Parts: sequence; C-alpha cells; structure tokens
Amino acid sequence: MVSALPETWLVHLIRFADEDPEMTLVRLAKEEEGVGISAGAHFAGVKSAMLMQNHGFMASINGIVSFAHLYKIPLLMLISYRGTFGERDPWQTQGGNVTEPLLRALAIPYFFLDGVERVTKRIRQAQTLAESSLQPVAVLLTRDLMWEE
Amino acid sequence: MLRLDCLRSVYSELENCLVVTIMGAVAAELHSLGHRPSFFYLQHAMGLASSTGLGLALCLPEQEVIVFDGDGSLLMNLGSLSTMARYRPRNLVHVVFDNESLLSVGGFPTATSTGTDLEGIARAAGVPRAVTVRSVENFKLSVSEAVHGNELTTIIAKVEATGPSGYITDVSLLENRFQFRRHIQSLRKS
Repeated sequence: MVSALPETWLVHLIRFADEDPEMTLVRLAKEEEGVGISAGAHFAGVKSAMLMQNHGFMASINGIVSFAHLYKIPLLMLISYRGTFGERDPWQTQGGNVTEPLLRALAIPYFFLDGVERVTKRIRQAQTLAESSLQPVAVLLTRDLMWEE
Repeated sequence: MLRLDCLRSVYSELENCLVVTIMGAVAAELHSLGHRPSFFYLQHAMGLASSTGLGLALCLPEQEVIVFDGDGSLLMNLGSLSTMARYRPRNLVHVVFDNESLLSVGGFPTATSTGTDLEGIARAAGVPRAVTVRSVENFKLSVSEAVHGNELTTIIAKVEATGPSGYITDVSLLENRFQFRRHIQSLRKS
C-alpha cells in the first residue's frame, strides 16, 4: 500500500504505484493522513510506504511523534528533498534548510538516494529497518536522482 | 443522549468488527464496557483514527471496520472525509460523537457548537451515506444498518458533553497495539 500526495518530482513514481497491480495507491488530502493509513496497513499485515515532499514530512510530524513513535509503528517514508543545492524555486528553500535537522531531532534514521544504481537495495534496506525497529525510517530522494535540468 | 449509552447499545454488534477509537472519553468509555482484542484506542494523534480505519478497511476488504471519532478530532482532519469518500470502502463505518466541545481539555467549544454541520460536510465530501442521530434507539439502528449494509457510512451522533472522571485505562498503549495486530493476524489465518 502506498499513500501519496503529488509534487513535481514524484509524478512518475506515483503513476508507477497507480499502475502496479501489486500496489494499492491511496491519494491523500494531506500527508499526515498517511501515518494513519500506514498504521492500519501494518495492523493488517500489509507493507506500506509514504510518498511525499519534505514539506509533507513536516506536515506529518505530529502523526509521526504521537502515533508512529508512541505506538512503535513502522513507516517507510520516501521523501523528495526539495530546497537544497540547485533549487531554483524560492518557495522550497526554507524547507530544504530544516529537513535534516528535523529528522535528527526526531531520531529518524535516514539516508540519501542520489543515483539509480542502488535504489532497489537501499529502499529494501530502509523497509527492513522500519519493520525490525518498528519505527519511521526516511529515504531522501535527491535532485540528482529525481530531476534533469 | 449519552455517549456511554450509545456505546453500550452497540457493544454486542461490535463483536465481529475491528474497532478504532479516538483518545479521551470515547476510549475510556468503550474500555469500561469490557476490553476486547479487536479494540484499538488511538490515545493521541488527533484526527488520524479515521485514516487508520481507512487503511484497515482497504487492506482487509472482508473485515468490517468501525471508527469511533469525535467532532474535535474530525475537525482536525476534515480532509480525511474526502479521502474516505474517494475510496469509499464498503466495510467501513465512521461514527462521530459530536458533543460540540473538546471535552477532555476542559470543554472548549468546537465549531459544531456554532453551526458547522459534519453530516453536511461528509455528504458534500462524497461520503455515500451520512446521517445524524439524536437518540440511542436511532444510534443503535443506524450502526446496525451500516455494519450490515454495503456502503461507507458516516453517522454523526449528537451527544452530551459529559464523560468519565478519568481517561487512563489499564491497557497500556503498546500492549493494546500489539494485541490488536496479533488479533488481526489470527483472524487472517482462521
């Protein structure tokens, strides 16, 4: 099960999730809903992921703390990392500054994906850690991976 | 109409349902009627009980799921109504106890006290069936119809702003969560 809210970099990933017969895509109104969707999926024994922008991660923080952390719910968060080096959109830049500090403050393990070579392996590793540790894990999808100028 | 009487009237109906409640009075009162492993009390994360119920209902289409929400919680996540309506799982029943206040923090009046109509919002969001009930008899009937029916239903239950003296139960959060998941896994095996 994949919950998602679109953004420019994620359009293709969301389309893949929609077209994959092995996945159920849930299109959200706000990213925090995805924490509840993933918790429901976990209780049901179904693996899930959340596809969102870093601003969507910020919009989910109460759900992450007072549901996923409080109740030890695994979350695989695939986060497009906007607002860092190379960003042309001024409105993305504040979010870029605070994404990693917030992840560290929340003690959420995270790593970057910046090339296609190890995408499958890394995402599988993130899912494995989320499931074994029963906690949120973040994969930051960077400009180099997601966007061609 | 008292929420506790409503819950008591459907307690036996809940036997074969997975139940997700919000925090505070709803959790404490349902628990006071007798805890079951099929009850999950979301003791924080206001707004996400309906999202959790939606995730469960979509993953377990053969299993009836019932969410006991509240006006304060739902107002924090109105978008959830549009997401539920978008996928409208036939096995999901969404009950909203509307006491027009945030009771557990001292009774701060919510917007339903000044005219916000949650039934109207649910219907306009696209929820196929939305009703408001004001008596225990109608509550029981509506829940029974929704559980046995085949349509996503939101039931707004107008209740008094009274509740238990305390909100702590003897089921710890993690115990509840692991028990609930294990219960669902045992249902899937059988």
